[in-house]
Amino acid sequence: MSLLERTGVAMTPGNIRTRKLSTAVVLGIAVAAVALAAVVVFGLGIGNWVLVVALGGVFYLAGVYVAASRVEGRRAARNRTWSALIHSACVLAILPLASVVWTLVSKGMERLDGDFFGSSMNNIGARDPEGGAYHAIVGTLEQVGIATVITVPLGVLGAIYLVEYGRGRFAAAIRFFVDVMTGIPSIVAGLFVLSFYVLIVTPWFNDGRPGFSGFAAALALSVLMLPTIVRSTEEMLRLVPGPLREGAYALGVPKWKTILRIVLPTALSGIVTGIMLAIARAAGETAPVLLVAGGGAAINFNAFENNQSSLALFVYQQAGDASRYAPARAWTAALTLVALVLILTIAAKLLARRNQLTR
Amino acid sequence: MAKRIEAYNVSSYYGSFKAIDNISMTVEPKTITALIGPSGCGKSTFLRSINRMHEVLPGARIEGRLTIDDQNIYDSDVDVTAVRRMIGMVFQRPNPFPTMSIYENVVAGLRLNGVRKKSLLDEACEKSLVAANLWNEVKDRLDRPGAGLSGGQQQRLCIARTIAVEPQVVLMDEPCSALDPISTLAIEDLMFKLKDRFTIIIVTHNMQQAARVSDRTGFFSIDKTGDPGRLIEYDDTQKIFSNPSEKKTEDYITGRFG
Amino acid sequence: MGDTSPRSAETGTGGTLTTDGRRGSAGGGVPPAHTPDSPGLGGGGGLPRRTRFGMESGFRVLTLAAGAMVLVIIVAIAVFLISKAVPALRANTENFFTFNGWSPNGTEPRFGIAALAFGTVLSAVLALLVAVPVALGIALFLSHYAPRRIATPLGFVIDLLAAVPSVVFGLWGRDVFINPVRDFSVWLNEYFGWLPIFGGDGPFGRSIMLGALVLAIMVLPIITSLSREVFLQTPAMNEEAALALGATKWEMIRTAVLPYGKPGIIAAVMLGLGRALGETIALAMTLGITFDISANLIENGGNTIAANIANAFGEANDTGRGALIASGLVLFAITLVVNMTARAIIYRRREFRDSAA
Repeated sequence: MSLLERTGVAMTPGNIRTRKLSTAVVLGIAVAAVALAAVVVFGLGIGNWVLVVALGGVFYLAGVYVAASRVEGRRAARNRTWSALIHSACVLAILPLASVVWTLVSKGMERLDGDFFGSSMNNIGARDPEGGAYHAIVGTLEQVGIATVITVPLGVLGAIYLVEYGRGRFAAAIRFFVDVMTGIPSIVAGLFVLSFYVLIVTPWFNDGRPGFSGFAAALALSVLMLPTIVRSTEEMLRLVPGPLREGAYALGVPKWKTILRIVLPTALSGIVTGIMLAIARAAGETAPVLLVAGGGAAINFNAFENNQSSLALFVYQQAGDASRYAPARAWTAALTLVALVLILTIAAKLLARRNQLTR
Repeated sequence: MAKRIEAYNVSSYYGSFKAIDNISMTVEPKTITALIGPSGCGKSTFLRSINRMHEVLPGARIEGRLTIDDQNIYDSDVDVTAVRRMIGMVFQRPNPFPTMSIYENVVAGLRLNGVRKKSLLDEACEKSLVAANLWNEVKDRLDRPGAGLSGGQQQRLCIARTIAVEPQVVLMDEPCSALDPISTLAIEDLMFKLKDRFTIIIVTHNMQQAARVSDRTGFFSIDKTGDPGRLIEYDDTQKIFSNPSEKKTEDYITGRFG
Repeated sequence: MGDTSPRSAETGTGGTLTTDGRRGSAGGGVPPAHTPDSPGLGGGGGLPRRTRFGMESGFRVLTLAAGAMVLVIIVAIAVFLISKAVPALRANTENFFTFNGWSPNGTEPRFGIAALAFGTVLSAVLALLVAVPVALGIALFLSHYAPRRIATPLGFVIDLLAAVPSVVFGLWGRDVFINPVRDFSVWLNEYFGWLPIFGGDGPFGRSIMLGALVLAIMVLPIITSLSREVFLQTPAMNEEAALALGATKWEMIRTAVLPYGKPGIIAAVMLGLGRALGETIALAMTLGITFDISANLIENGGNTIAANIANAFGEANDTGRGALIASGLVLFAITLVVNMTARAIIYRRREFRDSAA
């Protein structure tokens, strides 16, 4: 007698058949679970329909597990229960996310008018229903634009170093800290620029007073964007096939020229994707802007002097404003911000699909 | 333990693509059957149909009857996991679980089936490794990762893992194609030894191997790319390699066919 | 290849790239790292020599400088935060690490991060407790359960959600999500009020629970997409091995997918933790902002280091700013440790995978 026959788990053609839990029974268990939950909840008066659904879900899982282990065996029952749990995780996560989208659109539509995009908050009192985010949009565009101009060359060159030149410990250290830097909280980036640029550098030019400005915000955003761009560019450059480089070297083209003329153009669409994702993330940052840009209600085109606002900061400020017109402005600004960020993200992802370099 | 396998008009599909067409064959217990043929002729697909691994790929389905001791494994009330326990499979590339030790790899199937008792697991582990001609090489390092073994050892570890759950049939999908000649020889030796206990079906690209190890040989072929694979000839190995009845078989054996 | 060690200028005069040499010197402001080599072997031949300030080395140094910027910035963050924090810490009349309260703006500054650090860790841990199981469930659904038709668009949506700014989640939590959470808190208080974490007499709503749940929703997409990647990388041959042994789908996941993905999951959770610890605006908008160490989850209250910086910055004077920077330094240190741990795990896993292949 073999080992498994002794333990009773050997398989023979005689016992490969199994009974299956029919769909009707599963549906029956579902109905019974909800009914039982309703009876318990309303009978004891301990809650409303939300509790009925939650309790019904628990009853259903337990019921299916018991029924399936009797009909199909314990292993199949466990399989079923985990599958149900995994599916319910999806439903559970989609509910709040759907709520975010729904509120964003429904509340954001209220002030979605020309005035909102054409005026600032200058001279808008608590009782004025008007006011807009023009100044904030200007701020966001300028700050993100400056940050992009700073980080793109730095980030791309840094990635080139890591892929093409970097060897040994120093490059490994840079790579490691690039990864670590992606995790720096945005508020810390804001504090850094505050302590370095706003409180130390600007007073030299400003009669000793700290100078809050859009440029300071751009610096903080740069700190956040740089590691993302280095990382995504590095990944793209690594995808460029080695023979392409070797082909150029064999023709006597110097390395730097090979990199600029052959490697970079090949990886270009992937690099641009990474840059756009970094921009999208930076455009939504509030904390660093709050610390170093100074806010401000009026339109200020000069990012290097005086206070500037940004869309994200505008949302935050309006959300904390006591005026009864403020929430509508906050939601419309939030909708605008999300639209801006999502358009950038989606465009980046579509561009990534056209990328011919794949892993 | 070994059982007879019969296929009646088996056709397999990937979505709308028909991979094999109307295969019928009988495999006797305690024999080694080799399936040979050019690439893409559907021999692996047929092999994977025998333990219902074919349907793991999305869109894959099958028509016809496949029985083991007159039980159709494609009946709707058949438990797929039971079929796969009864019909074990060894893959082309050695695939021990990378996170598990040698010991854990061997008893993985038993643990899945609810065997928890240490003494039973130890016994099964030793028995299977001995049967797989691997015991002497690894008995002192059972707790080391299975992925640390050489390719040939890994493949024998996978065979030990497969026979630990005591299947009736062992399917081998080109088990030596990733191995060096010495390891290949070790696996072939092992097959002769396992023949006493199991029905073995092996897919191979290597005709010498088919001629060396098998009792019966099936030759699969396709007319042109995109056509389904068909079973051209199925006979005693000796006959196939000395005096095949089909012209196509002869062409393939003698190397006049791609 | 890698060694383009610059030769001395004298040996390079015969170079053909004279114009390049001039331009390269502009970019190569950093002195060469190597000492000049002796003239090349077989010197005096007709072959062109490497130029010291050639375009090649110039470009190399330029990229090196760009790469080194990252290290410079990390060090600069630490240095400048410390330089601004120290004066404020000197002026502090209480113990910075144990005092519960934040009044740094008076003539006798008193501030400490005890309550803030407690709130930061509590909200982040709670958020992960909620988010991790759900995120792993969704990741498994996307990688192993859903048909491709559903998995691809759903994965896309999850990636998009990771891009939604935190201020939007904060606004939603403050205006919308607070209502069901308040109802739930009242219910919990009624039936489970005997538990200290659900006790109290209200008001409820702007609590640690609201903050932690909003945080959970925010880190969910990050953990989901990272662990989905890891699950998708499970070698198909290991999954087939498990199935061929007669495993059910869940058993296959337990035997092949989860053990293989474990280091990746841990790293994803750590990255989520880093994100949750550093989150500012969403918590500044949803927490009740108090300064006590309390395990009560549902009463108005709760505060974190980052949220406090956002809230207290507006009224801060010089010492106040220094105090906030000091608290930010602590946050920086915590997230640095968390992130470095996560990255170390990922790096080890990468080596493990390469050697196993």
